[in-house]
Amino acid sequence: MSSSGDLLHVVTNDSISARRKTFGRAIIWGSAALLIGIAASQLAQVLGWQAFGFENWRPTLYAYILWAICLCWGQVLQYGEHGKRTLFVLPAALFVISLTVFPLLFGLMIAFSDWNLSSPDGRQFNGWDNVRQMWVDPFYWNAMLNMVWYVLAIIVEYAIAFGLALALNAEIRARKFFRVAFLLPLMLSPVAVSWMIGKSMLEARFGPIARLSRLLGWDEPSFFGSPWIAKATIMVMDAWTFIPFMMIMILAGLQAIPKELNEAAKVDGANGWRAFWEVTFPMMLPVSITAILIRIIFKLKLADIVINVTAGAPGGATDTVTSFIFREYRDRSNVGYGTLLAMVYLVIIIVVMTGLMKLADRFARPRT
Amino acid sequence: MPTAAAQIFHDGPSDRAYRAKWWTGRISVYGLLILWAFICLFPIYWTLTTSFKMAPDVMKGNMVPWVDFSPAWLGWRSLGLSPDTWGDESTVRAEFLKRFTNSAIVSLASSVLAVMLGSLAAYGLSRFSYKFAWMRNSDISFFFLSQLILPPVVLALPMLVLYKELALLDTRIGLILLYTLSVLPIVIWIMRDQFSSIPTELEEAALVDGLSIWGAFLTIILPIALPGMVAAFILSLVLTWNEYFFAALLTSTHANTLPVMVASQTGSQGISWWSMAALAWAAILPLIVIGVVLERYIIKGMAAGAVK
Repeated sequence: MSSSGDLLHVVTNDSISARRKTFGRAIIWGSAALLIGIAASQLAQVLGWQAFGFENWRPTLYAYILWAICLCWGQVLQYGEHGKRTLFVLPAALFVISLTVFPLLFGLMIAFSDWNLSSPDGRQFNGWDNVRQMWVDPFYWNAMLNMVWYVLAIIVEYAIAFGLALALNAEIRARKFFRVAFLLPLMLSPVAVSWMIGKSMLEARFGPIARLSRLLGWDEPSFFGSPWIAKATIMVMDAWTFIPFMMIMILAGLQAIPKELNEAAKVDGANGWRAFWEVTFPMMLPVSITAILIRIIFKLKLADIVINVTAGAPGGATDTVTSFIFREYRDRSNVGYGTLLAMVYLVIIIVVMTGLMKLADRFARPRT
Repeated sequence: MPTAAAQIFHDGPSDRAYRAKWWTGRISVYGLLILWAFICLFPIYWTLTTSFKMAPDVMKGNMVPWVDFSPAWLGWRSLGLSPDTWGDESTVRAEFLKRFTNSAIVSLASSVLAVMLGSLAAYGLSRFSYKFAWMRNSDISFFFLSQLILPPVVLALPMLVLYKELALLDTRIGLILLYTLSVLPIVIWIMRDQFSSIPTELEEAALVDGLSIWGAFLTIILPIALPGMVAAFILSLVLTWNEYFFAALLTSTHANTLPVMVASQTGSQGISWWSMAALAWAAILPLIVIGVVLERYIIKGMAAGAVK
């Protein structure tokens, strides 16, 4: 997508009167002043300087919404046609900024404090204590290490997804049936999957998978007993839900490869195996990298299954960072420490993902 | 052999090898497909049948209804959804329907909101060049898409505190806002792809005919981009219907969604399998229907951006 110059040239003869411009500016600044005024008076009440009888911060929220609307309207009033263009992007941008940037800044503030929501003391600033605590928290770093393993499992998922996509792309009957069947796991909620598979089918005494593994010679199947088996079980369940996602992206890529290429390879005498490695696979590299990157992003959010099936057992072996922080909050209802852990996680994710994307960019560029 | 001698045309050894290879190829492809279809469908089948089983059937591991166990309405009765309890009062059913309504309202509202905001932004970004402070179009696009990386856990605790102050805790509106935020990057991703495939000549013609830019967008472009919007909408619907993490943290009694109910039942009821199975099945049913009926759109949505 080109980023310079309008794709759509609009020439309009906007004659905006000075009064209209002033009015536009007035509503923006007026509503901003109102917002600041209300926020300041609420702050004054919280700090105990002056009681206004506010019950919560809702008035500030309403003033903020009013300001946002005035800002959008003011764009049109002030800039005419250009303002109308801004109106396409501005609402979404305001929405995202107010729901991420603001909470993130607020999160930075609480990350350095000891704040137990159930205690009446409220927020206590405690400097670097949380960082020190995090540094020696074995469970947090253990969860971080688990994330590495979980992410590595994507390679296997990718191989399976590629195989399935190839099979679906072959000339087969009942393609629609297979596509729908393969898609279904993605539609199911992880919580339902945790029960359906994690609790019921993997039940050690009469779950069907336990029965099957007894039949195959594993006498006392226990899927969550030892750390590695438990980790593998979680990986399998997560893979089960998300393989369709990668499969569909790869399938879309496969269908975009021109047929002539494979035919040419065949004429040149390449057998199926070689044609795959020398034609199909290189052609699929960009799609594969996109699919894997998106999958990594989703994998880093993995939590629902862990929370509902093992809750981190045995001994934190299955914990993801998210599920660990979730439990940390549930058990101690301390927002400060949990927020710090999440912030550190975010920083690590950003660094790793930026590195990966740079790497992928270099890797995916077609070599000539 | 006399018959073989009478035959004039033979399959040469190479032809026969080719045949055999073709057959093994077929069999392995279908074998793989059928095996994986079984892996995908069996848990769903198992849950459905378990919801009709009684305790001994569960213990014995009976699988096929009417053959090795006779279906009973046990699980569905405990939910108040079996035919004989349909007319009676049932607190469990009331609870279930309340959660179901919450889930439906929250996921529909947030998907609609996300598709609206996301389509507008994607259209603007694909047609005009912006400059907000130092940010140009590619920066703005990156800003929107980078939200995908943000793990929910980072927002969760600050949001918890903020919502408490704003009295938005345990309300549907609070959930709707967060869910919209979480699916917005995906919507923008899909819609950007959709809009950039529509030629700009269309709008130019419309503008010449005297439509305003918003008029051209609403009357000319939106109808063309409708399939993409449906795809984005369905995908958002699936993601928000299934969301558990925020719902578990930010709701307690009023705005609980279905996944939270399913999760809470797992702990409290021990192994009353049939009712859990019925509950889980009822929770996934809407999505199975959507998946079967609207599969085309879901695939379209997910394939967007995969192929440039």
